[in-house]
Amino acid sequence: MLPTLNGRLQTRIFMLVVFGGLITLALTPILPGDPDYKTTYIILATVLVLGIVWELIYHGIQQFRWEKDWPTMFGLITALNEGALVWLLLDLELVPGIDGVPDFWAFLIDFSVIWFVVWIWTNGPMRVPFIRWRFFGGRII
Amino acid sequence: MIEPSAASVVPTTDPSTYLPAQAITGDLTDQMLETDFWTDDLVAAAGIPIVDVPFVTVGSGIGSFVTVDYLRIAGVPTSQIRVLGTLDKPWQTYEYLTRVSQVPRPERLRSDSASRPDNIWGFPSYGFAEGVRKFNLKVLWQLFSEPIFADYYTPKAGNVFEQLERESNRIGYDEMLVKGLVRIVRRRYGGGYFTILTPPEGASATKRVAFRSQYVHVAVGYPGLKFLPELQRYRTENNDYRHIVNAYEAHEHVYERLMQVPSTVVVRGGGIVASRVLQRLMDDRLLHGAQTNIVHLFRTYINGPNDGYGNEGDPRPGGGKPRMFMRRRGGDGWAYQGFNYPKSVWGGQLKAQVRKLEGEERAELYKRMGGTNTPWRKLWQKQMNQGRREGWYTPVVGAVEDMQPSGERIVNHVRTAQGTVPIEADFVIDCTGLEADIAEHRLLKDLLEHGGVTRNPVGRLNVDRSFELIGTASGTGAMYASGSSTLGGYFPGVDTFLGLQVAAQEIQADLRKRGFGKRIGPVRSTLQWWKWLAGSAP
Repeated sequence: MLPTLNGRLQTRIFMLVVFGGLITLALTPILPGDPDYKTTYIILATVLVLGIVWELIYHGIQQFRWEKDWPTMFGLITALNEGALVWLLLDLELVPGIDGVPDFWAFLIDFSVIWFVVWIWTNGPMRVPFIRWRFFGGRII
Repeated sequence: MIEPSAASVVPTTDPSTYLPAQAITGDLTDQMLETDFWTDDLVAAAGIPIVDVPFVTVGSGIGSFVTVDYLRIAGVPTSQIRVLGTLDKPWQTYEYLTRVSQVPRPERLRSDSASRPDNIWGFPSYGFAEGVRKFNLKVLWQLFSEPIFADYYTPKAGNVFEQLERESNRIGYDEMLVKGLVRIVRRRYGGGYFTILTPPEGASATKRVAFRSQYVHVAVGYPGLKFLPELQRYRTENNDYRHIVNAYEAHEHVYERLMQVPSTVVVRGGGIVASRVLQRLMDDRLLHGAQTNIVHLFRTYINGPNDGYGNEGDPRPGGGKPRMFMRRRGGDGWAYQGFNYPKSVWGGQLKAQVRKLEGEERAELYKRMGGTNTPWRKLWQKQMNQGRREGWYTPVVGAVEDMQPSGERIVNHVRTAQGTVPIEADFVIDCTGLEADIAEHRLLKDLLEHGGVTRNPVGRLNVDRSFELIGTASGTGAMYASGSSTLGGYFPGVDTFLGLQVAAQEIQADLRKRGFGKRIGPVRSTLQWWKWLAGSAP
């Protein structure tokens, strides 16, 4: 990825809304612990909101790279820090709108599947419908 | 005004239709050469047949190919496009240059995996396709972990050419190709352009053929190669073209000789070509028993963090060190960089940044991210380390002051920090890769003198963000340029595969606004991608 800050934010929002939204819709009924849609979508929104802050940090880190690129691998391993933070907040019951602590495996499965699909899509297929996307730092509009 | 959907028209060249007093040769007249805007009558009066076609691209190399590929995918039929040039295959010049500079078909280029001139989407990338087709986990791991735990994946030259051939057949490239030399493009009185083609002897009734088009695209590649002045002087004064060679000319005889006789070779330059030539010399030594001693001459020796101005201590505007956020890795003489630009010029931050810069500021950023560089590759590091340890690879820092023949050998007088030292060698391979001025190219010279073309802050063709040549508009017609002759514009990576595609995308979008071709939106793009995958015509 060769993102600009604007492109990062747009891509993040687009991916989580489209793929996050669809995957959560499909997975919620079959997740362990039987979570309701309200819970899973609030978690998705939490990932999105925190993600915007994370993108600012990643953009800062990127400035230390001569190439101003964001290696493919980084796009996958940032799931660790982001996922850990979201779970920490859930575990401490700091996420508004969710009562109690949701099932860990439900969170892990939903989060991992979304992340992996988004990562794959970002690193290839996205370029098929949006031919300008990769040349404009990941901007969609 | 040319009707874009009109079929090609070849007016009669029958001499009886013209004034009898005038010699009809179908050649350019003095009056034409002196006139910046040509009327239809002026061309017809010279007896030059006129072919009408809405779009011509001049060059017939990869620049022309990539642009035409985009237009075909945007729904432009082959009848509305003509490719004018001397090459049979778009990759011909490129293959020649890579082969002599030691990247034959089985070797890998210095090019990104997703930088595919045969596929405007860059998906699947070369690496992904190679990894999946052969189920090569090593390649897939490399793609995943580059550049942190692995060298950048780069495609094999042969694979690139094969895929280009496939795409060329798919889009009907040969139907659009008209062979010949183009030295003149002039604006047409009333709009559009005349492109004068000199077909091969016997291919046409007249010496020239004029293509009357609304749009012209110029992609003529490198204007030419420049030798270092002292090398050129030595070659001409001593009539010796055997012992002093440029890496971009055929010089296989050097390697053949080195296999037979233990010799010393001076390699000059610190870029990708020097790396390639060193690999060839070292492969021959390590794998095939050559006894070559290599003296590697650096003009600028990079010893640590650097930018386009050189090492931390080297002078730069405003003084100081490379900026905190613009520090490139370096060592052992080399500046290390994966590709020939920092990667983000092809789509990220640097691309966005340069797009907004003008004049001096733009030239300054070009300078800062420029400078000779080469990728850090495990194999090369291993070979050089072994060479240094065993004493057959010696880097020297300095500038050559003079060169003298000494029997069959050459003495290079090199000015170093320790004074001038003589270095005797059997061969000198120049890998400095100096490029000639754009005015060395006859077509570009003519455009500068008669076509309204101006120079950009680094002295090359001045193109706008849409790659339209600034100052060349002619009525509703437009002239575009892409490739190395446009270096220094609002987009830096022009002389690369991906750069040609970035340019083609902008050109296609601009042409679409003018009513030529369709928009490549998400639906068309996706449908066209499936056609690409299936190998069916666009």
